[in-house]
Amino acid sequence: MGMTMTQKILAKHAGLSSVKAGQLIEGKLDLVLGNDITTPVAITEFDKAGLTRIFDKEKIAIVLDHYTPCKDIKAAQLCAKARAFAKRFDLTHFYDVGQMGVEHALIPEKGLAAPGEAIVGADSHTCTYGALGAFSTGVGSTDMAAAMATGSLWFKVPQAIKVTLTGTPGTYVSGKDVVLHLIGEIGVDGALYQSLEFTGDGVAQLTMDDRFTIANMAIEAGAKNGIFPVDEQTRAYLKDKVDRPWEAVDADSDAVYTREVVIDLSALRPTVALPHLPSNTKTVDEVAGMEIQQVVIGSCTNGRLKDLAEAAGILKGKRVAPGVRCIVLPATQKIYLDAMARGYLETFITAGCAVSTPTCGPCLGGHMGVLADGERAVSTTNRNFVGRMGPVSSEIILASPAVAAASAVAGCLADPEKIVRGEQ
Amino acid sequence: MAKVYQYGNNVDTDVIIPARYLNAPDEKSLASHCMEDIDPDFAGSVEPGDIIVGGANFGCGSSREHAPLAIKSCGVRCVIAASFARIFYRNSINIGFPILECPEAVASIHAGDQVTVDFSTGIIKNETTGRTFQAAPFPAFINGIIESGGLLKSLKARGIAK
Repeated sequence: MGMTMTQKILAKHAGLSSVKAGQLIEGKLDLVLGNDITTPVAITEFDKAGLTRIFDKEKIAIVLDHYTPCKDIKAAQLCAKARAFAKRFDLTHFYDVGQMGVEHALIPEKGLAAPGEAIVGADSHTCTYGALGAFSTGVGSTDMAAAMATGSLWFKVPQAIKVTLTGTPGTYVSGKDVVLHLIGEIGVDGALYQSLEFTGDGVAQLTMDDRFTIANMAIEAGAKNGIFPVDEQTRAYLKDKVDRPWEAVDADSDAVYTREVVIDLSALRPTVALPHLPSNTKTVDEVAGMEIQQVVIGSCTNGRLKDLAEAAGILKGKRVAPGVRCIVLPATQKIYLDAMARGYLETFITAGCAVSTPTCGPCLGGHMGVLADGERAVSTTNRNFVGRMGPVSSEIILASPAVAAASAVAGCLADPEKIVRGEQ
Repeated sequence: MAKVYQYGNNVDTDVIIPARYLNAPDEKSLASHCMEDIDPDFAGSVEPGDIIVGGANFGCGSSREHAPLAIKSCGVRCVIAASFARIFYRNSINIGFPILECPEAVASIHAGDQVTVDFSTGIIKNETTGRTFQAAPFPAFINGIIESGGLLKSLKARGIAK
């Protein structure tokens, strides 16, 4: 029986010639990742278990990105704990304020993820690296502790849903619209315990940044991982970043899928998810005009250069509407510099946006843009759960950078095309 | 006997333990804010041995292990749900906190019912109605982790960690 991309990667990392769905395996890991919220808990468990050694100081990455630059004393203590651990084991890939970025934008940028690799991270959006054809998945802190010590973890080999992408997306349709549409179709547990395996001629029409956004939100459909095939764009992306050997995997022609979802990219409209589930999707045409008080453009989902380019394209020469706060967070220092060189930051600041150093901050209601009672934000982040960005009465509408920027200009949820044409 | 707290589908980790409290990951602090955004009375009324019953996709969202840890730290005996989000499922097993997947039990247990659970057999009994249910069994490998008291203790038991 044929294997999916994910199954092939897991088989190889378990030292097996083949695996089948449902099989429990012990898989070797190419990278173990943690952040400033999950790593301190992993360190506590690591110490409590009497562990004293790590498996490979080159293969553990710690990124202090969630509450940083530290928002309060307690957050600072967590960072101090992670910092001391990184120093104790002389970790090569420790990223502190000044070097750090939002982890899932930073890791690929630093060349720490490559096709065919198996990666775990104590952060649910670790599934992002599937955009590069890697198996990557989120785990908890105890898993992180065990993985740091042993370099391996147990996995249940997942079944897969085949997502076939066709056609070419329209001007204001991006990876975010694709993934929100998909989650709306299959639901927040539509891919529970399964892989989302993307394929089809539409993949070539999506930039790497679009693919990162799509793989990033696989978890929002309950998926274990999302994964893309490797093509010329992937190779071009990896060229100056990864110099170790890597091996791309393709799904077997007789791989078994539980179902197939076909998405015609040319038929998609800018799509948003209304409160309080990522599956509560509407096209912007259906819900434009909803009042908002804040716009957030950034995060591991949409803080990359293409995202900022799209937002800047709409905000250029315009102003953020009175009564709206627009916060832009480039996801890494490199993206920040690139956005500066291209004039995007000037566009944002001139338009009345606040531009922040990289941080996850507002996405999880941590800092840098927490909402008040009854306020509503349009946000390019990934979750719109109750209380995610503020009190339980606050609301989040998930959207693409283009829709978020258009909404900042309009002062309400808006269609980017209409804003660009000056119709709204 | 155990009280039942009942919630719907897609109980996410942000409502189980909001991110604003993750800067203090000690058990006492996590327990004091457990379920705060979905049930503000929970932390003040839950007693050791109580049971949480949830619908589909319980524990979806963030990978924060703080979520099952918060529930465990309240003294909750177990969570019974129609299905679990996979990271919450892993985390619960890894910290040695019992979870049971049983849609049939979830459909017929109501808040206030008296419920007993036998983890060795996976049998859930609603003492109020007299009905019994069989939860999906764990594979032997996962049972080994739970019986060891969590992943790191199981590594020791297997001689992988010291």
